[in-house]
Amino acid sequence: MSIPPLTPVLTDNWDAERSWTLDSYAERGGYDALDVAFGMAPDEVVAAVKDAGLRGRGGAGFPTGMKWGFIPQDPSAPGGDKPKYLVVNADESEPGTCKDIPLMMASPHTLVEGVILASYAIRAHHAFIYVRGEVLHVVRRLQRAVQEAYLAGHLGRDIHGSGYDLDLVVHAGAGAYICGEETALLDSLEGRRGQPRLRPPFPAVAGLYASPTVINNVESIASVPAIIRNGADWFASLGTEKSKGFVIYSLSGHVRNPGQYEAPLGITLRELIDLAGGIREGHRLKFWTPGGSSTPLLTEEHLDVPLDYESVGGAGSMLGTRALQIFDETVSVVRCVLRWTEFYKHESCGKCTPCREGTWWLVQTLARLDAGQGEEGDIEKLLDLCDNILGRSFCALGDGATSPITSAIRYFRDEFEAAMHTPTSVSFPPAASTAWSDAAATAGVGA
Amino acid sequence: MTTTPERTPATPGAVDLVTVTIDGVNVAVPKGTLVIRAAEQVGIAIPRFCDHPLLEPVGACRQCLVDVPDAGNGRGLPKPQASCTLEVADGMVVNTQATSGVADKAQQGVMELLLINHPLDCPVCDKGGECPLQNQAMSNGRGDSRFEGVKRTFPKPIHLSPQVLLDRERCIVCQRCTRFAEQIPGDPFIALVERGAQQQIGIAEDAPFLSYFAGNTIQICPVGALTSEAYRFRSRPFDLVSVPSVAEHDACGSAIRVDHRRGKVMRRLAGDDPEVNEEWITDKDRFAFTYATAPDRLTYPQVRDTDGSLRPASWPEALAVAARGLAAARDSAERPGVGVLPGGRVTAEDAYAYATFARVALGTNDVDFRARPLSAEETDFLGSHVVLTGPGGGGVTQADLESARTVVLAGLEPEDEAGAIFLRLRKAVRSARSRTTVLTLAPYLTRGSAKLHARLVPTAPGDEAGALDGLADRAEELAGAPLGPTDVLLVGERLATSPGALSAAVRLAEATGARLAWVPRRAGDRGAIETGCLPTLLPGGRPVADAAARVDAAAAWGVTTLPERPGRDAEQIVAAVAAGELAGLVVGGVDPADLPDPAAFRAALERAEFVVSLELRATEVTAHADVVLPVAAVAEKAGMFVTWEGRPRPFPTVLAGTNRLPDSRVLAGIAEELGRPLGFRTVAEVRDQMEALGAWDGDRAAARPVPARPVPAAASGAAGAGGGRSTDGHRLATWKQLLDLGSLQDGDPALRASMRPAVVRVGTATYEALGRPAQVRVTGSRGAVELPCVHEPTLVDGTVWVPTRSAGRGVLADLAAPGERVHVEVAP
Repeated sequence: MSIPPLTPVLTDNWDAERSWTLDSYAERGGYDALDVAFGMAPDEVVAAVKDAGLRGRGGAGFPTGMKWGFIPQDPSAPGGDKPKYLVVNADESEPGTCKDIPLMMASPHTLVEGVILASYAIRAHHAFIYVRGEVLHVVRRLQRAVQEAYLAGHLGRDIHGSGYDLDLVVHAGAGAYICGEETALLDSLEGRRGQPRLRPPFPAVAGLYASPTVINNVESIASVPAIIRNGADWFASLGTEKSKGFVIYSLSGHVRNPGQYEAPLGITLRELIDLAGGIREGHRLKFWTPGGSSTPLLTEEHLDVPLDYESVGGAGSMLGTRALQIFDETVSVVRCVLRWTEFYKHESCGKCTPCREGTWWLVQTLARLDAGQGEEGDIEKLLDLCDNILGRSFCALGDGATSPITSAIRYFRDEFEAAMHTPTSVSFPPAASTAWSDAAATAGVGA
Repeated sequence: MTTTPERTPATPGAVDLVTVTIDGVNVAVPKGTLVIRAAEQVGIAIPRFCDHPLLEPVGACRQCLVDVPDAGNGRGLPKPQASCTLEVADGMVVNTQATSGVADKAQQGVMELLLINHPLDCPVCDKGGECPLQNQAMSNGRGDSRFEGVKRTFPKPIHLSPQVLLDRERCIVCQRCTRFAEQIPGDPFIALVERGAQQQIGIAEDAPFLSYFAGNTIQICPVGALTSEAYRFRSRPFDLVSVPSVAEHDACGSAIRVDHRRGKVMRRLAGDDPEVNEEWITDKDRFAFTYATAPDRLTYPQVRDTDGSLRPASWPEALAVAARGLAAARDSAERPGVGVLPGGRVTAEDAYAYATFARVALGTNDVDFRARPLSAEETDFLGSHVVLTGPGGGGVTQADLESARTVVLAGLEPEDEAGAIFLRLRKAVRSARSRTTVLTLAPYLTRGSAKLHARLVPTAPGDEAGALDGLADRAEELAGAPLGPTDVLLVGERLATSPGALSAAVRLAEATGARLAWVPRRAGDRGAIETGCLPTLLPGGRPVADAAARVDAAAAWGVTTLPERPGRDAEQIVAAVAAGELAGLVVGGVDPADLPDPAAFRAALERAEFVVSLELRATEVTAHADVVLPVAAVAEKAGMFVTWEGRPRPFPTVLAGTNRLPDSRVLAGIAEELGRPLGFRTVAEVRDQMEALGAWDGDRAAARPVPARPVPAAASGAAGAGGGRSTDGHRLATWKQLLDLGSLQDGDPALRASMRPAVVRVGTATYEALGRPAQVRVTGSRGAVELPCVHEPTLVDGTVWVPTRSAGRGVLADLAAPGERVHVEVAP
């Protein structure tokens, strides 16, 4: 089997000297796409993105150009007389997901250029990057990049002499997972408590400050400059028929060389693991997530599933954020699921009952299983609880919290049954999953 | 009154109806209806917690999930839907828990989850027995819980305000209270804090939940999380007897429910009267009822003994002594006559009895319900533009406020003086449909006005007439449209103190077609007008000056003649007694501190030869009275209040068997002793006589317009004089705050602690000129008060605002009359 070529586009300049500076970015033709776009009508930019087949990289995979097209431009349409806003969702918080933060660290100007193009397309004169507050180093790089762009005339009044004005604000969130949900993000951006809003009205009609708003993921927006520069056909030629283009796959866990791998959609995990140097020496794949902890986990049998929106969906999961967390056979799935569920319990915003109370309960039941104190009926109860949460909660956070549990029970029910009498620390000693486990074993530590 | 009684398009002609099928039953409902409401139409109760028909949907609790196999487009919705946020669509099919296993399981699942962190302490919870969580857990929950873990706990209750307590363990964070606070009164002092299962309702450290409407949150809380200091642990719902009644604290006539046990009122709740108060009441209406059980409540009649002290007397003796004394005063040779001051707290029936008693038993028109600053202009205005107006005759209603394009407020601060109007105006200005604009003629933009997004027409006290005259031209600039028939002009009783203002209001209404309504402060005021407690009006709006009207009334009362000359108003009665022109006084529920000149009233009490006091509690009046006759409180008698709209709101006796007599019965007793019976004894008989007499159908007395007082140079617009101005000669602006030292608010320390503090508000120029003082001394013709000073940037320069009854004996007794000049200085 041949290793497919990587297609570094977004990640192309990450190895450049001081890649995050404007000088470095400009050296590789940065901000050239602006002049291409300013030569086009805004609607043509929207059409190009539509033609390219770019789909949202934040997890749901909604066609980006179509989302832009929902913004009412006719002043007589509802919301059409109001200002338009672009909001970039850079609140990357999904367990296992680490693509936007590296991107903004290594090449913030790619994002800024994309913001200008997208804002131009939807006729917004104010754009916001809502970035997760904990990643202070990223916030600083973004702020500096925006400052550089202003100084160079890429932002502000009359950009590149086009007559187009745009102001870009980098806003640091306060570190709540829920604020990655787009309407909660808008509330937070407006200075309110970040909790998801009732829809309708949808953000395209009444989003930020009750005005038409596009909310896009960092990677979606960062993909736009390449589309404008190289054309929609070029972009559409990559990937699969329905999942076009390139994406960043983030491999973490028990692989030799974890990291970000940019490849066309449709690559398989088997190929990616090969690119990453294989599973940890002497171990084999046990389970993995295709797109973060909110996507149902998959196993060895899914190694050859093409990692595109449709195929992963067909395998009973979701492509999500392509956060490929790789777990080998030393890992207790019960313990792993408990950790994820603790995350959801901690991050549940509290607005709706199923998520708020359900995660509280799930953790307690899983913790008992983890301690080997499960009881007859616990598995059925977990499944029933998940059934009472999935599709009953206000937003997708609650749904996501159930995914690891139901999928883990589907593939590893015996481990849950074993947890009724044996603690996972006995069946799966935690030390064995660590990077120094082999050294520890040979040195006899802990034996 | 304007001649355009046409209703505004509050009733839109054609309503778009859509047909949905709920549990197999077809129902046609207006487009935009929520599924949960549509289900109610066909008698299907979907369990719910966060949903409230008067609050915006939130979809937080997820208890109302239903199955939607067809969204109206032939396709089903994949997940159960919250019926409290889902609007109906034509052809939609909805299956609730009654017919859908999916919906039933979803609801049972949510209920089980709601209970895992709930303490289930129903046996010691105030809500137990009337708790939506308890009830719906029974009707729509599992028999027992599968939860075996550890519940989240919090320290026991915390105070959100002096009155409202929060037990966070019981809270299911449905957000009804926070949404109420934000949406209805606009007091978002409570909010969600923390997240996940730790999410709770909280307040900011330095900002307790001091809303005049806070008590409503306790009532709409679907669990026992919110309780009141007043009622907490006092009673169980199933021990209470509930009686519908009407609140006695303002002229809105808000529906309440009074819960009593063993002869004692335990609590009051908001009733549901869509035409008046919807489902909300003020905290005053809710908590201020303990005055009736105050230790100084009068329980037996007393008469003045030969040694000058009051001694207990039997009813027959007291009535006989009262009759003898009043007859002597009436027929006195040197100063004949008795004045009657019923006060504004009377029921319509009692007011009718006072009006009848004055005419029939005392032969005088010297009767006036107004125990507050008044004017002859107002007397005229009440007879020509207020009496007999009502919802049936094209009078302004609460609903009209909601559909009005512009509402002008003059001399009226709704949040303080008419809570239901305030909430209705909030609703109107928040409504996307009506987009009502409120213009307020006031000395400054109050917090209440700010919550109405009102545009301030800065008006110093006394300048209202000029401001109203100017409004015909300025309305367009201020409100975006000229005044017209869809607009409403609400004038408060305080305009009586502003010469020419009521005349100007009439002029403005006539010139623009805007509809005019008068809003008094007290519950009995409007009823007293209708029943003839004015020197110029007989019951039913009959002008005293009209011979045919007098004949009408005389015939009904079975007397041959009635006094022809219009009587003295309250101020003149007091002056006449003090001047030795009148010998006697009959005084109802009147607090001397409320009268235009408390000192003059005290002098009159001293000077009067004979005083009969009908009172609840010992007061300054009873201390001076020759006969003290204890009367029934509102809860102890049946009666009726007439709202500011002219809408009758009758109520039954709440506490039966107290043997306390309403004013009407006492007056009837005296009249019988006087040999001039009134023809009634019971409240029912009073009502029969009122109905038999009916309303006057003849001509109304015409108002005599009063010109506006020339506006002095130092008036509203002339703020340019700046900080150099002396702090002398500030005009005194004042009104009563909703919660103050009023005697009907006695007995509930938590309520009194919720009062807004007494402060003096000064404008920027004064504030700076005085060097930003913390405390100021205000001196007027009647005394001086020393209070904290608050800088109010919008306050008209040259005025100073002091709350009427929030400190000491009140402004009228201690400082000056409204509109008078006062002197402000830094407190020494």
